[in-house]
Amino acid sequence: MIDTPAIEFRDVSLRFISADGDATVALRNFTMSVARGEFVAIVGPTGCGKSTTLNMVTGLLRPTVGEVKVMGQPVRGIDPRIGFVFQADAVFPWRSVLDNVAAGPMFRGKSKKEAYDMAADWIQRVGLGKFGGHYPHQLSGGMRKRVALAQTFINNPEILLMDEPFSALDMQTRTLMQDELLKLWSGTGGSVVFVTHDLEEAIALADRVFVLSARPGMLKRVYDVDLPRPRITSQVRYEPQFIELSKHIWEDLRQEVVLA
Amino acid sequence: MTELVLPAVLSDEALARESENAHARIRRHRTMIISLRVLVLVVALGGWELAARHKWIDPFFYSMPSMIWDQLVEWMRDGTAQGSLWMQVAVTLEETVLGFLIGSIAGVICGILLGRNKLLSDVFSLYIQIANSIPRVVLGSIFVIALGLGMASKVALAVVMVFFVVFGNAFQGVREADKYMIANAQILGASPRQVTLSVVIPSAMSWILASLHVSFGFALVGAVVGEFLGAKEGIGLLISTAQGAFNASGVFAAMIVLAVVALAADFLLTSLEKRLLKWRPAAF
Repeated sequence: MIDTPAIEFRDVSLRFISADGDATVALRNFTMSVARGEFVAIVGPTGCGKSTTLNMVTGLLRPTVGEVKVMGQPVRGIDPRIGFVFQADAVFPWRSVLDNVAAGPMFRGKSKKEAYDMAADWIQRVGLGKFGGHYPHQLSGGMRKRVALAQTFINNPEILLMDEPFSALDMQTRTLMQDELLKLWSGTGGSVVFVTHDLEEAIALADRVFVLSARPGMLKRVYDVDLPRPRITSQVRYEPQFIELSKHIWEDLRQEVVLA
Repeated sequence: MTELVLPAVLSDEALARESENAHARIRRHRTMIISLRVLVLVVALGGWELAARHKWIDPFFYSMPSMIWDQLVEWMRDGTAQGSLWMQVAVTLEETVLGFLIGSIAGVICGILLGRNKLLSDVFSLYIQIANSIPRVVLGSIFVIALGLGMASKVALAVVMVFFVVFGNAFQGVREADKYMIANAQILGASPRQVTLSVVIPSAMSWILASLHVSFGFALVGAVVGEFLGAKEGIGLLISTAQGAFNASGVFAAMIVLAVVALAADFLLTSLEKRLLKWRPAAF
């Protein structure tokens, strides 16, 4: 049972029909398997269908051909074991930090007291203990991302999907948030699929990096990242192995970016 | 390490003096604005009074501030031909508030229902636009015929005036609800009902509250026009009686009463809005 992968894409293609009724192929013959506790990153040029893969795991999109399985079961609707961190600010601006973090447990039927106790604990853990009563607009972009992380991690997801979560942050904040993510993730035993266009971010964080081709997205190559854990993202990027790997992946990616 | 010497112009005392000066400038500017506003009022009213007294304009048709004031005092002291002034205000206010409440609650509910349903919204959006472009005041005649001279016809007109504005805004607000926020709530575990209650309605709230401001004025117009078209009491009747008696001062005096009511309501709605939208960053 424990051997079944957390996420499995088997020869998945997706035909996408736009609002005007035009059909295009967003993803072609995509196969990927994410083990339990594994951290996988997907990189590729803009519009190659990176985010599409995540939406098929949540069930917001259905594959046209092939099969997507979560914990060995075909995807039917939103699985409660999944957590999702968005690129855009998706925290609720009319709720305070504490109310935002307590939202998940409240939606899932926990008592108010239990939900708020958990939330108070989680905002401590992401370093926002003093900001529980603040509204999102009073926080910086990085702090809002911490709220989003706490909001997601409080549900204890076995699968964490992240869609370019840190791309809107400045370089220094991004590095801090990457370390924060690794810290929160380590020891949970959860699997992560991290979509990004930043290949250094992908190498710094992931166990394996999947490179997609330009649209229609196809799997171009998979790289194993053998860097030891725990990693500190600001230091790991100077390892010779890291530099070697980023050269290779960039070589792959460059051809696709030119095409895209 | 070398000692850093601040130039004298940047010393603490110099900075304190600078901000003292700046504060004084800001205060002076404020005083000037207020005095200019008072001046504009005095010139406008004084000019009107002067023009009427010297018969440059005919005070019989255009009245003048002192006559309007006398009229107001007389109404407050002796009451109007239809009974006390406060009674008239109370009647019009009751019609307005009833129409406003019914119209805006119905508007919010319909707006949310339609906004959440793609098919309904696609079908009905065209008709909403059409209904919104018809001058709805003319429906007042129908209401007076159908519902009589009592309160019902005025309330009905106020409801119609309010409903479409609030409905249109609630509908738009629901449709503008951020799709990432909705997806986030769904993944966090929200049921469709919870999505509506905790994401869609709060995000439509700023649209809805904005429309309430405008629509209270519309409700007042609805009530007054309704009274105008046929009534036994109310400020609208006061205006139409004054018009029938060629009493221009009466029309202006009634207008002032209406303006005071509208301003008071606007003040109340603004404080409600501030309470409900305290999560929003201050507007600049």
